[in-house]
Amino acid sequence: MSEPIIIARDVHKWYGHFHALRGITMEVQRGEVCVIFGPSGSGKSTFIRTLNRLEDHQRGTIIIDGIELSHDTRNIAAIRREVGMVFQQFNLFPHLTVLQNITLGPIHVRKWPKEKAEEVALQLLRRVGIPEQAHKYPGQLSGGQQQRVAIARALAMQPKVMLFDEPTSALDPEMIKEVLDVMIELAQSGMTMLVVTHEMGFARAVAHRMFFFDQGVIVESGTPEQIFENPQQERTKLFLSQILHHK
Amino acid sequence: MIARSPTLGQILPPPTERYTVLGWLRRNLFSTWYNALLTALTLALVGLILAPTWRWLRTEARWNVIADNFGLFMKGQYPLDQVWRLWLCLHLIALSTGLMWGVFVRRREGVGWVLLLVPLVSGIGLLVGGVGSGWQLLLMAGLGGGAAWVGSRAASTLRRPTLILFLLTFPLCVLFVRGLDAIGVMPRVPTNLWGGLLLALLITVVGIVASFPLGVLLAFGRRSRLPAIRTLSVIYIEFIRGVPLITLLFMGQVMLPYFLPPGLVVDRVIRAMVAVILFSAAYMAENVRGGLQAIPRGQYEAASAIGLNSLQTTLFIILPQALRAVIPVLVGQFIGLFKDTSLVALVGLLDLVGIARGVLANPAYIGRQIEVYAFIAIVYWLFSYGMAYASHRLEKALGVGQR
Repeated sequence: MSEPIIIARDVHKWYGHFHALRGITMEVQRGEVCVIFGPSGSGKSTFIRTLNRLEDHQRGTIIIDGIELSHDTRNIAAIRREVGMVFQQFNLFPHLTVLQNITLGPIHVRKWPKEKAEEVALQLLRRVGIPEQAHKYPGQLSGGQQQRVAIARALAMQPKVMLFDEPTSALDPEMIKEVLDVMIELAQSGMTMLVVTHEMGFARAVAHRMFFFDQGVIVESGTPEQIFENPQQERTKLFLSQILHHK
Repeated sequence: MIARSPTLGQILPPPTERYTVLGWLRRNLFSTWYNALLTALTLALVGLILAPTWRWLRTEARWNVIADNFGLFMKGQYPLDQVWRLWLCLHLIALSTGLMWGVFVRRREGVGWVLLLVPLVSGIGLLVGGVGSGWQLLLMAGLGGGAAWVGSRAASTLRRPTLILFLLTFPLCVLFVRGLDAIGVMPRVPTNLWGGLLLALLITVVGIVASFPLGVLLAFGRRSRLPAIRTLSVIYIEFIRGVPLITLLFMGQVMLPYFLPPGLVVDRVIRAMVAVILFSAAYMAENVRGGLQAIPRGQYEAASAIGLNSLQTTLFIILPQALRAVIPVLVGQFIGLFKDTSLVALVGLLDLVGIARGVLANPAYIGRQIEVYAFIAIVYWLFSYGMAYASHRLEKALGVGQR
């Protein structure tokens, strides 16, 4: 087996006196799809945000694709080029068209010519199913369409890893499926994905491994079969019964 | 059993309301007893103001003071044989704003308005400025309208040239007005001959153009993580905001010479401009900072996540949104700045107010204060309202509040 693309060893993070991450250790292989779930405040979002340095970690080691994440801004820039991120609130740039949202990174970070960037952007828009929206502004799209643009924007940088921070939590129920379909297609195409979500149908369909976070630690991890059929920890059982009963 | 409306499920037009003039009056002006009282009081007040004004206009007003000195009000003592340079500036401005309108706003009825305004404006020009001004105004309106028409036809190809022309307009105008001895046909016109509306507009535009980048830098400085830069910005902003503009103008005129090495003389108009720029920049900084604070954190995070560095994030993501959000405030500030330039009269420059004081000191025009001040008030109002209107159109064109 080759070198894991993400290595996190004993990662700690404090907000003031609050110990948000209390020693997270995780390795992700190339092409692996990992689902992270857990109650709110468990540190799951914080953890994936440390992976592209939207939050800094104060102890431990994070190595992405052989580059160690440190205060060195060149390393941070290099890692951000390899890691795409999709946010709960989409965070599209409202003053730019869909096409400009997607091509901004490739043109200014990857230094592609505009024509190439636009060609790739249009391909990606076809892939997420909304090529006809290229010249609209984000405010003119539905939530599901906006999130699909956000996915296309992240993919346009041709990342090796995609991080999803609760990508469907801000969506109306009828729009969740269109976003999940895009994510499932992406997972099947072999992308390495780390997904914070409570969409257990998605986890069952495409996840290779699942991680249950609670109070800043990984309580339990395993394949979806292990987690759903035979959870070992009481907290995992309790949490799963709460979210599965609800559905 | 639920009673079903016969129109259930049909798509219906919204209900329309029609009423007569009397109905409208009753509904809007006399709906309640206190509303009726307010209407009556307002009418009485309007009458109280209008009646004497009308009487004064019919019996006492003598407008020859304006007609005799119109050139002075417009351009001060700018030499008559060089006035064509001012017209050249106006034509250039008409051309570039016409193009901007056509290319970026793209509203055809704007052209119609221009065509309507042409005879009107030229008529006024003929009345007050003689045959020459009428022709020049006609040419100006034609240039503006024509440029708008061409611009809206070929918007996509003219985008870049239009922007370049627009950016060049201001420096070119300053060059034309000031002149260079190196250019034979445009000898230098010393600034003590600049005056009237020309001077007020120049100080305003220089103030806006120069204080804008300075204010943006100060706004970022105040949010900087580096304590030295942040402290300096705060001190600058709070010092300037705590001082009236007039004291800065006096400092520039009276105190500055003591600090400069002997022999170095800075032009008085330039000193006034610098004072206005420094003053305006502090307010600009606070207004822009307001816009910056309105940008959600997610925008910074998304920009970081796609790998933009902080300069790129600022230029492409943060500033465009922040500035668009504060257009109404900034235009309010610019209008204030324009009106504040009237203070330079107090340090001896001959702007509109300065000229007015000069004209009124002439024994031939004793007692004509009302006419003169009413006239310059109208001039100030025209330009202020023009700016407000332009900003309103700009907001619409940029879709503020919609995207």
